[in-house]
Amino acid sequence: MPELRVNGNAYSFEAKVGRSLAQVLRDDLGLTGTKVACGEGHCGACTVQLDGVPVLSCITLVHTVEGDVTTIEGLREHPLVDAFVREDALQCGFCTPGQIVSAAALVAAHPEPTRDEIRHGMAGNLCRCGAYPRIEEAISSWRG
Amino acid sequence: MPVRRLPEDRGGDLELARLIRSEKEVEGRYEEVWTLVDEDALEQWPAGPGAVVGLPAPRIDGYAKARGEARYTADVRLPGMLHAAVLRSPHARARLTRLDLAAAAAAPGVLAVVGPGEVEGVDGDAPFEGWPVAAVAARTEGEARAALRRATPEWEELEPLLDPDEAVRRGSLVAPSRTYERGDYDRGLAEADAVVEAAYTTQTLNHNPLETHVCVCEWRGDSLDVHVSTQGIWGIRSELAEALGLAPDRVRVLCEYMGGGFGAKEGIGTYLLLAAELARRTGRPVRCALSRREENVVSGNRNATRQHVTAAARADGTLTALGGEFTCSLGWRGWLPPTAGPMQLLYACENVRTAEHGAKLNLPPMAAFRAPGFVEGTWSLECVLDKLAAELGIDPLELRRLNHAETDAMDGRPFSSKQLLECYRRAEPHWRRRDEVRARSDEVWKHGMGLASQIWFGGGGPPSYAWVRLGSDGRANVVTAMQDIGTGTRTAMAQIAAEELGLTLDDVEVQVGDSARGPYATISGGSSTLPSMGPAVRSAAADAARQVLELAAQRFERAEGTLRLDGGRIVCSDGESWSLAEITSLLDDGQILGKGARGPNPAGMRILTFGIQLAEVAVDVGTGEVRVEKVVAIHDVGRVINPLGARSQVEGGIIQALGHTFSEARLDDPRTGVVLTKTLDAYKVPTIADVPEIVCELVDLPDPQLTNLGSKGLGEPPIVPTAAAIANAIRDATGADVTSLPITREEVLRALREAQERERVGALPA
Repeated sequence: MPELRVNGNAYSFEAKVGRSLAQVLRDDLGLTGTKVACGEGHCGACTVQLDGVPVLSCITLVHTVEGDVTTIEGLREHPLVDAFVREDALQCGFCTPGQIVSAAALVAAHPEPTRDEIRHGMAGNLCRCGAYPRIEEAISSWRG
Repeated sequence: MPVRRLPEDRGGDLELARLIRSEKEVEGRYEEVWTLVDEDALEQWPAGPGAVVGLPAPRIDGYAKARGEARYTADVRLPGMLHAAVLRSPHARARLTRLDLAAAAAAPGVLAVVGPGEVEGVDGDAPFEGWPVAAVAARTEGEARAALRRATPEWEELEPLLDPDEAVRRGSLVAPSRTYERGDYDRGLAEADAVVEAAYTTQTLNHNPLETHVCVCEWRGDSLDVHVSTQGIWGIRSELAEALGLAPDRVRVLCEYMGGGFGAKEGIGTYLLLAAELARRTGRPVRCALSRREENVVSGNRNATRQHVTAAARADGTLTALGGEFTCSLGWRGWLPPTAGPMQLLYACENVRTAEHGAKLNLPPMAAFRAPGFVEGTWSLECVLDKLAAELGIDPLELRRLNHAETDAMDGRPFSSKQLLECYRRAEPHWRRRDEVRARSDEVWKHGMGLASQIWFGGGGPPSYAWVRLGSDGRANVVTAMQDIGTGTRTAMAQIAAEELGLTLDDVEVQVGDSARGPYATISGGSSTLPSMGPAVRSAAADAARQVLELAAQRFERAEGTLRLDGGRIVCSDGESWSLAEITSLLDDGQILGKGARGPNPAGMRILTFGIQLAEVAVDVGTGEVRVEKVVAIHDVGRVINPLGARSQVEGGIIQALGHTFSEARLDDPRTGVVLTKTLDAYKVPTIADVPEIVCELVDLPDPQLTNLGSKGLGEPPIVPTAAAIANAIRDATGADVTSLPITREEVLRALREAQERERVGALPA
C-alpha cells in the first residue's frame, strides 16, 4: 500500500491511479484545510508544500508524490497565521490556507521579502474577496 | 418585559402596536410588507469609537479560517455520503433526442439516477447552455461524472437568440420594460447650453466565489437537512420547503462558513433540488458541488448592458436633462436590475427620462452581483458627466457639487442622512493633486486623474432577530440564524454585543449558520446584513443587560436606574461597583436570555449610501496599456462598527471593480451562444500583482434616523464608482473616451484614435 508523509506523519492510503493529492488529503485523510476551488491548477487554493516547495495538490497525482507534504494543518503555529489574522488578510477565508502555505514557502526563501517578491511569489494564489493589500501587509510583517 | 409601542412617526399604530406596514428594500427592489416589530427603542451611542465598537477588531473567526479549521460546506463529509453530478446541455438552445439513462444507471458506483421531467427545471428542452437534463448519485464524484458520459445524449441544435437589441425588438423580455419620467425632458434639453450623448457597453461578469455552489442533502424521516453554501439560509429553507411541499421547519439549513457569494448564492438552484431528490431515492446523504466550469456557466452573472445616455446642462453647470435607454442582456431568466437608478437618484436634475429593457436570450440567467444595475448605470452616468464637464469647462468635482440632491430626486423625500458633500470636501485635497499627476506625463506614458460619485442602497430593514445568552461564566453568546458570507458579520455582531454589555470582544461568541438553532436573520446581500442584524443584536444585548441589572439591583439593594454595565463590571452611580461575575456566578446552570429585533426604518425617508472615488492612472499611448496607480475611496455608510473589516470591504470592492474594469469578461461564442471562458485562466480575476495603492476614508457619522446604531451597509458601495473614475482618469490623461467595459488595450487604442480624429477634424478651418 502506498504511503504518504504529511506534516511529519506517515499515512497508508488506497487510491486508484489518477487520484489527486488534494483528493487523498481531503477525502481519505480528512485534512480539509486544503481547499479545492477550481480543480485544474488555476487558482492556488489547493497549494501544499512538497519538500518545502509550493505545489498545486489538485493537479498533482498522488502516486507521483515522493517527499514530505506540508499542508495548512502542519503550519498552524506558523507566525504567518497570526500575521494574517492581525492584518485582516482574509475575508471569506476559502483561499487563505493556500495563501499561507505559499507565503510560508516564500518567507522561508526570503525572510525579508520585498513588495515585488511578495507580488511575484503570491500571484498564483487568487483571492476573489480581494484581500490582497492585507495579504501583502501580513507577509511583509510576518514576524510580528 | 414591558409592552413597547412605537411612536406613530416611526410607523407605529396605536391600535396595532406590533404589526406595521414597512418598506422593504433588497438591492434596489422595494416592496411594502407587513412587519412584526418587537423593537427595543434604544438611544444611539454617541458618534465616534466606543469601548469596542468603532475600533479595529481582527475577525473573531480569523484563526479558524487561517488555520484551515473552519468547516465550509465544501468540507462537509457525512457518513455514507454519495456524490451527485449533473448532465447539462452543451448547447445554447437544443432539444434532447436520445439519452441512455440505463447505461448511466448501470455504471460502476451509481446508486440513483434522475431523468428529464423528474425534477422541476430538469428536462430535455434546453434554453441555455448548462441547462440540467439528468443527474446521478454515485460513491465518488469521479464515478458520478463517468456515469454521465455513458448516457451519451444526442441533441437537435436549434437557432439561439443571442442579440439583446433583436430580443427587445421581438418582445423577448424577461420582465416588462420599465420607463420613468420626471419633469419635462424635452424642455430640459431645449434649455441646455450643452448636450452630450454617448453610448456605453458593459460585459457579462461571473461572480466566481472560490467556493463553488455546493450542498449536501440528508433526509431524516420526512425532514431534510441541507448543508449549503448560501447567502440566505432562510430563503433556502422557504424556497426548498415550497418546492418539496414540506412545512418550512421540516427543512433545516446549515451554513457555518461560506467561501464567498457576491450575489450568486441567494436562491436554491436546480442542483440543490437534484441533490435532495437523489438523497431521497438513495436514503443516503448526497453532495452536489458545481465544478468551476459549471460555476462559470450556470451559477448566475452580472448581465451585460448596452446603454445610450444623454446629459444636458446650462452654462452654469445646472443639469437640465438626463436621459438613458438601458438594454440588459439578462439571459433566459432573472430580473431587471435598476440600471437607471443612478441617473434617477444621484443628482438634483428636474428632467429625467429613462427606459430599461431586460432582453430574454438563450444565455445563462443573470443573478444579483454586488450592486446590480448601479455598477453598470454609474459607469455610463459618471462618464458622460465628465464629458459634459469638459464641454462646459467646469471642474468635474464642481459639476457634481453643483447638482447635489438635497432631497430624494425622485419624490422629494428627505434622506435619513447624507454626507456626500462631506465626501466631496474630503476628496478636494486628493483632487488638487491632479495637475501634479498630469505633469508626470511624458511622450509615452500619459498621467491623469478622474473621479466618480457613488450612490446605492444599504439601509437594511426588518425583520431580523437575535438572542443573547449569558451564562454563569459571564460570557455572552450571540445566537442568530444568519450566515457570514465573509464580510466579517460575526465579528461586527460580537463587537456590538460586547459594547452593549460592557464586555471585551474575547468574552463574546457568535453562533450563526443553522436555521434550526437561532431566530430568523436577513440575507447576506444588498449591503443589508449589518444594518439589519446589528440593531437586533444590540437590542438583544440590551435586553440581557437589563436583566443583569435587575438581578444586581436586587442582590446589592440598589435602585435599578442607578446601575449600568461598564468594563465587565456593574457600576452604581453611588461609586460602588461589582464584577459581572458576582451576579453571573450565582446563575449556576441558569442563563440570562436576551432577545432583540430589528425595528422599522424611519417612515417617509430615503436611506442610501454615498461616496466618491478618485483614480490616478498612467496610459501608454503607444500600446494602450493602462496602469492604475492609486484609488482613493471616500464613502458615507453611517457609523462604522469595525474600521479594520470596513477597510477590507472597501479594498475588496475596488479590487473586484478593477477586474470588472480591465480583465474580466465572460465571452460567449457569438454564433452558438456557448460560453468560452469557463476556467480561471480564461476568465481573469485580479491577482495580487494587479493591485494599486488604495486609500480608504470613511466619514463614520451615525445616521441619526436609522436604527439604534446609525449604521448602513458597506458590502456593495465600494464597487460602484471605480470603473467610471478610471475611465475619467484615462480621459484626463489622454483625451480619449473609453466607452466599453472591460477597458482592453484595443478599446484604449480605439478611443485614442477617435480622440485624434476629433482633434484633426476640430482643427480644420470651418
